[in-house]
Amino acid sequence: METLWFWLVSVMVAIYVVMDGFDFGAGILHLVVAKTNEERRQVLGAIGPLWDGNEVWLLAGGGSLFLAFPKVLASGFSGFYLAMWLVVWSLMLRGISIEFRSHVQDGLWRHFWDATFAVSSVLLPVLLGAALGNVLRGVPLDGTGYFSMPLWTDFQLGPQPGILDWYTVLIGVFALVTVTAHGALFLAWKTEGPVHLRTKHLAPRLWLLVLAVWVAASAATARVNPAILHNLPGAPLAWIAILLYLAGLGLVFLGLGRERYLLAFLGSGAFILGLLAASAACVFPVMLRSTLNSAFDLTALNASVGGHGLRTGLVWWLLGFPLALGYVAFLFRFHRGKVAAAEEGEGY
Amino acid sequence: MGDPLFWHRLQFGFTATYHYLFPQLTMGLALVIVIFKALGLRTSEARYSDAARFWIRIFGINFAVGVVTGIPLEFQFGTNWARFSHLSGGIIGQTLGMEGMFAFFLESSFLGLLIWGEKKLSPKGHFGAAVALWLGSWLSGYFIIATNAFMQHPTGFAVAADGTLQLTSFWAFLLNPWALGQYAHNMIAAVVTGSFVVAAVGAYWTLKGIHPVQANLNLRTGTILGLVFSVLVAFPTGDLQGKLVAKHQPITLAAMEGRFESGPRAALTLIGQPDVTLHKIENPIKVPAVLSFIAFGTFSSNVRGLLEFPQDQWPQNIELLYYGFHIMAGLGTLMIGLMALAVFLLWRGKLATTRPLLWVVMLAVPFPYIATTAGWVVTEFGRQPWLIYGVLRTTQGSSPLVHAGHTAFTTLGFAGIFVVLSMLWLFLIGRELAHGPESPAH
Repeated sequence: METLWFWLVSVMVAIYVVMDGFDFGAGILHLVVAKTNEERRQVLGAIGPLWDGNEVWLLAGGGSLFLAFPKVLASGFSGFYLAMWLVVWSLMLRGISIEFRSHVQDGLWRHFWDATFAVSSVLLPVLLGAALGNVLRGVPLDGTGYFSMPLWTDFQLGPQPGILDWYTVLIGVFALVTVTAHGALFLAWKTEGPVHLRTKHLAPRLWLLVLAVWVAASAATARVNPAILHNLPGAPLAWIAILLYLAGLGLVFLGLGRERYLLAFLGSGAFILGLLAASAACVFPVMLRSTLNSAFDLTALNASVGGHGLRTGLVWWLLGFPLALGYVAFLFRFHRGKVAAAEEGEGY
Repeated sequence: MGDPLFWHRLQFGFTATYHYLFPQLTMGLALVIVIFKALGLRTSEARYSDAARFWIRIFGINFAVGVVTGIPLEFQFGTNWARFSHLSGGIIGQTLGMEGMFAFFLESSFLGLLIWGEKKLSPKGHFGAAVALWLGSWLSGYFIIATNAFMQHPTGFAVAADGTLQLTSFWAFLLNPWALGQYAHNMIAAVVTGSFVVAAVGAYWTLKGIHPVQANLNLRTGTILGLVFSVLVAFPTGDLQGKLVAKHQPITLAAMEGRFESGPRAALTLIGQPDVTLHKIENPIKVPAVLSFIAFGTFSSNVRGLLEFPQDQWPQNIELLYYGFHIMAGLGTLMIGLMALAVFLLWRGKLATTRPLLWVVMLAVPFPYIATTAGWVVTEFGRQPWLIYGVLRTTQGSSPLVHAGHTAFTTLGFAGIFVVLSMLWLFLIGRELAHGPESPAH
């Protein structure tokens, strides 16, 4: 049951990254690929009806973590205190900038929100990537099950690491590059005209960059947390996940080559899902690794609540999850086709 | 001020109070919009769809601020209240997780369709989107109230050997009698907020002599709904809530009333200032025996005073609790009176020409907001010194390693963000009001 919940939480978080990832990508790229007000509204029109639902995967994933592994939530959220609030503030700015932009037809007003949207969309993947980096590197958990970290110290991995050190920043940059490339495929798929042409031009270069940073990030991860390589042979799920992300990567380049951007976008979704699943499979059952002593690790076994709560949660989770997927399918179907900028006053 | 707990409490109280200014209007307006859309579908009269369209625009702005101010609350469980989350996550994680799964997905999926989809959807489809938002927002409210009810009156759990709280009965937890009573009271109060806003906008346009059809429709709808729901918020739901407090939190009841001595035929204090050191109410105006009746249904019942309980179980801020309760109940009574008068004049066909009353209806908008805020002050200060009533003290719930420097920083950060959000909200809502009910030319 604990193992199942470990995977349910991982799946929710991975879906969040895939879904909100293309929102981030759109936000990062829109200043570059959409020059005029009309073009920016086209980008916002593509993600506008989706972003809020995408963000709910984070809240629902957090809720699942809360109910199944409250000790991990308590320790992690309080330990990463300042970084958590930077994430929250960025999420707030991102949401407001999408929703408020269209309400006033004024150049300065819209430039302001465009910039806010871009800045928050850059910060979020860097911070969330760094969070993943912290989970992979480990944190100074002691026997009480808690830790506290400053945002940064000397950017070294030493005994007193900060939330940001060279390794976690590298993972943050990898996340940034990946969601940018992911978002580019989404925009190439959903738009036409100049925005489509510009993203089409950028996407292959971005994916080559992803490949380069991916190699660096993987090598660094193997050095920072050797247990991952050590666990790999005995984790069949990890091999499936690796196949998934390699297949995803193949689809990305196939789709790019044939200019079939839906295919490429699905490939990049599979790439992100596979990477996160492979990470989860290699660290399992550890959820929060202690850099002080592996006996202090918080694992799916020692941090979970008892069986009745997990079984009860599973019942409604199995009802709610298909429902959530159903909404996603409905929304994508309802908004199918290429996005044109809406009339003023009738959309984002 | 160097005490981290002070900052944790200040931050949660501040962010939660600010946040709730928005969902209460969202939840109230959601029902109003459903009513307008339903009338529009039945009668095919344009004035109903026009009214719905106007309120949907207000709803959209308000909803966005509600969403972004709600996210910090979810995070604070883990960041600021780590020990509480660790101990009770197996229980309250259920409702918080269900809120995401069943309410947030529903709301977020249909919000865009409600705001921008009128042309793309059939009239029935657009009505469906309005119903989905209403259901989603009211469902979300239930999961939050059920979570709060567990902290007020925990049910369906057991304490495990390691000190964590374990769920023993999902239904006892989800259908906590406290949650049912508090939910009814809270949601009806949200409709009161929505009705007062609708009525005030109607009064404003009537006073200005603009948009006559919409002014009349909003004034009529707002005052009728306002009367019905401000009565319901007091009776039966407020009354029920009072009896729950009397039964399960007698110390809180004593503090709310500033009652120090026990005894039968307890008087209800209408006005007066509690002096907690001298154990008395200064300048009191009291109605004999009414408190006994409100709390237990008979005039002769004994209502226990604070002195009967050990002082370490008293809520720490008795003054605020006392005033919170009296402001809520006092404003609630005033609001019933105001709406009764307005509806009476409406019935006699004189409301639209009684300008002084229109001024009062227009300026009364803050009343329901103040009353709901005061109500939550009573609920949350009344729960003290407990985080989970009778189970976990507030002092035992905060994050152990987060220091005051952290929390002061984030609290001040929120103060700044909220000032900006308030200005944006006022600016955008003001534009919509100035623009009026016709679809905007932008």
